Amino acid sequence: MAELLQALLQRPNFVAFVILFLWGIYIMAAHPNYVKKLIGLYIVQTSVVFFLVAFSAKDGATVPIVSAEMASLGARAYANPLPHVLTVTAIVVQVATLGVSLALVSAIYRKYGSLDEDEVLKRVE
Amino acid sequence: MILELPLLVFLVMTAAGAILAKDLISAVFILGTYSFTLALVWALLGAVDVAFVEAVVGAGLATVFFLLTLSTASEKDTQIRRSAIPWTALIGLPIVAILLLYGAADLPAFGDPGSPASTHISPIYLEGSVAQTKTPNVVTAILMDYRSLDTLIETVVIFTAGIACALIYGKGSA
Repeated sequence: MAELLQALLQRPNFVAFVILFLWGIYIMAAHPNYVKKLIGLYIVQTSVVFFLVAFSAKDGATVPIVSAEMASLGARAYANPLPHVLTVTAIVVQVATLGVSLALVSAIYRKYGSLDEDEVLKRVE
Repeated sequence: MILELPLLVFLVMTAAGAILAKDLISAVFILGTYSFTLALVWALLGAVDVAFVEAVVGAGLATVFFLLTLSTASEKDTQIRRSAIPWTALIGLPIVAILLLYGAADLPAFGDPGSPASTHISPIYLEGSVAQTKTPNVVTAILMDYRSLDTLIETVVIFTAGIACALIYGKGSA
């Protein structure tokens, strides 16, 4: 138990990721308001990106921009660039999906006049 | 690490604010702060390109999308009423949280230069990309040279999203 607590204290990023991820999923599933559901979706997406970027950090490393006078330092002097590349793509795609889902929510609001799931379901019947 | 802990606490607090706020417009603006704090954390971790994209696309564009959606809604619809708490979720999620935290001990230590992710392929890019692509920024070199097809198809995804938005809005106004 003590070593598990110590392992968690060494990884504050992971603890923050778990809180954000699960809270976002809970809001997505449980909240009746569509916009709040999308806020939960956004928090889940960004928390996963956060988890991936936390892997790229190295102690004492700088940003992955290689200058000529630092070329002799080798890979250890720079943060891992691969998670950065993959997550840059992921962030742009996540905002694209968010835009489509917000357009759908706005279409639902124009048709049924409510952002609340229970209210919309009532008006559908 | 010393600067990072307060930022992480602030990050979770802003996320909580965005989730708990009763007014949707306030929730969206707090979500913008959350995005920007996240960008600060990433800049601190050395991921400057990701921080730029998050600050521009996440804090800027996503907030504008949310506000565009809410701008058509009347004031009574953007206020939230209290709702019942589903107990199954409140029992299930802590179990998942405990399992995830239990698995944390097997992850590589934070900032460990010898972790598998940092020793497997990324040194090849870091040491060879300047000679091969003449680009000092390794992230740009991978995004635009080694993975340019990936980036090309990503623009197709964004184009598709744009078409979907145009179709949804166009159908409503006709």
